[in-house]
Amino acid sequence: MSILLGRSPGRPTPEAAPAHTGSRTTRILGAVTLAGVVGLCLCAFIFSPPDSRPGPEAGTRIGQFDAVRLMYVHVPAAIWTYVALGTCAMASAVYLWRRSAWWDRLAHACAEIGVVLCAITLITGMIWGRPVWGTWWEWGDVRLVTTLVLFLVYAGYLAMRSVPAAPEARARRASILGLGGAVLIPIVNRSVEWWENRTLHQQSTLEELRIEDLTLFTLVLGIFVMGVLALWLAVHRFRLAWLEAEAESAGLRAALAERRAEAAEPAAPTAGSGEGTPSAGAAGS
Amino acid sequence: MREVLLVAAKDLRIELRSRVLLFQVAPFAVATLVLLGFALDADRSALRHFSAGLFWVAVLLTALLAAQRSVAVEHAGRAADALLLSATGPARIFAGKALALAAQLAALELLLGVAMVVLYDARIEHFGLAVASAAAATVGIAAAGTLYGVLAAPLGVRETLLPVLLLPVFAPVLIGATRAFGDALGTAAVNGWAWFGLLGLFALVYAVFGALAYGPLLEAET
Repeated sequence: MSILLGRSPGRPTPEAAPAHTGSRTTRILGAVTLAGVVGLCLCAFIFSPPDSRPGPEAGTRIGQFDAVRLMYVHVPAAIWTYVALGTCAMASAVYLWRRSAWWDRLAHACAEIGVVLCAITLITGMIWGRPVWGTWWEWGDVRLVTTLVLFLVYAGYLAMRSVPAAPEARARRASILGLGGAVLIPIVNRSVEWWENRTLHQQSTLEELRIEDLTLFTLVLGIFVMGVLALWLAVHRFRLAWLEAEAESAGLRAALAERRAEAAEPAAPTAGSGEGTPSAGAAGS
Repeated sequence: MREVLLVAAKDLRIELRSRVLLFQVAPFAVATLVLLGFALDADRSALRHFSAGLFWVAVLLTALLAAQRSVAVEHAGRAADALLLSATGPARIFAGKALALAAQLAALELLLGVAMVVLYDARIEHFGLAVASAAAATVGIAAAGTLYGVLAAPLGVRETLLPVLLLPVFAPVLIGATRAFGDALGTAAVNGWAWFGLLGLFALVYAVFGALAYGPLLEAET
């Protein structure tokens, strides 16, 4: 919790807001992310070889060639989409049980990161599909279609969160949506196994270790870097949501104090009344 | 069960008196089917081939209107507060409203079914499968529509928000019902009863989830 809130030991209450979205932890996470992205780019674009194997005819080569490099972003983005949206569902369930704003904001932050990662998964998948499958989109592929539905469900979640409403009511509605959408996560994840004959997606290459050496290392590095990046973004988004809520309640408190001060002040003397005489309005307030 | 029927009867009575379903939603449903016919260039063989999918697209678009209408009657004059004060449990209120919505959808599907046979030259070859899959799909649509309807109801943008929330959720129903109906109409070589199973599972999941989630949602609204 303290990582998400970034609070100092001097702030013992769990509801205390951070002063800003940055902290020593996020700076370390940011540095690790930056170093990881540089390392991933070097491995993905320079060190790792293109996917190319001898073809059935002499002198020919088959494979995905340079398109395979998209896998280093596509697969990690898909994995962390499941994690982010799964965390959103888990946080939504805990919110319904504990009714703590902390869990609601965690669900919100994870949903935003999850939707962005899901969009990256879909876009990189389409770019990869054009040269390898010969099409941007394949309706017959169950994983592709279910991933799009997952994206739309959580885009709807974010749309609902963006509508102005009382925080408590909005949190309750959002947690129902976040929980309901999670039904799709295992379906998307296992669709390749459940509908073997209705997919162009290959079975998991990581589980069976069908790739090796530098390609495998780059893929694992990609998963690690995407994970750190997602965590870094989620922490900042969580703290931003916390600050937004604080600013909203501070604005409300300030407005209330202003109105109370106005009510307590004696009204300005009118033309007909003598100087220093309290007006009837002030007396009656 | 008596309370469920009371809530359902109340909603159906409102519809009978207001006649919104008859004079607004039903013409919209038929107009949708006609426009989809124009979209396929009014080609009779193509229309017949795709009649199952076109029928369910029309049903789902109509269900959006019916779901909005179902929550609008509770929101007008804060009728939902009175419903809660009646000490009827949220799960029963949900079941009653879903039952009323399912009854309205069934009537609309009957109308659309006749229109599909007349306009698209569709022929029902397996009547039992068509009725069973339509019943399962209707229960699923009504349960999801009631749940998501109350979710978007108190917000000022429910007319635009509800389709955004509900249409992706309806995707499995559209896929399953189209396949099952395709088998029933003899336009798709699939096992329609397997897709009926999926529709039944969807209906069960949303009926249970809706009954559990309706309480917190009604609390949020009040």
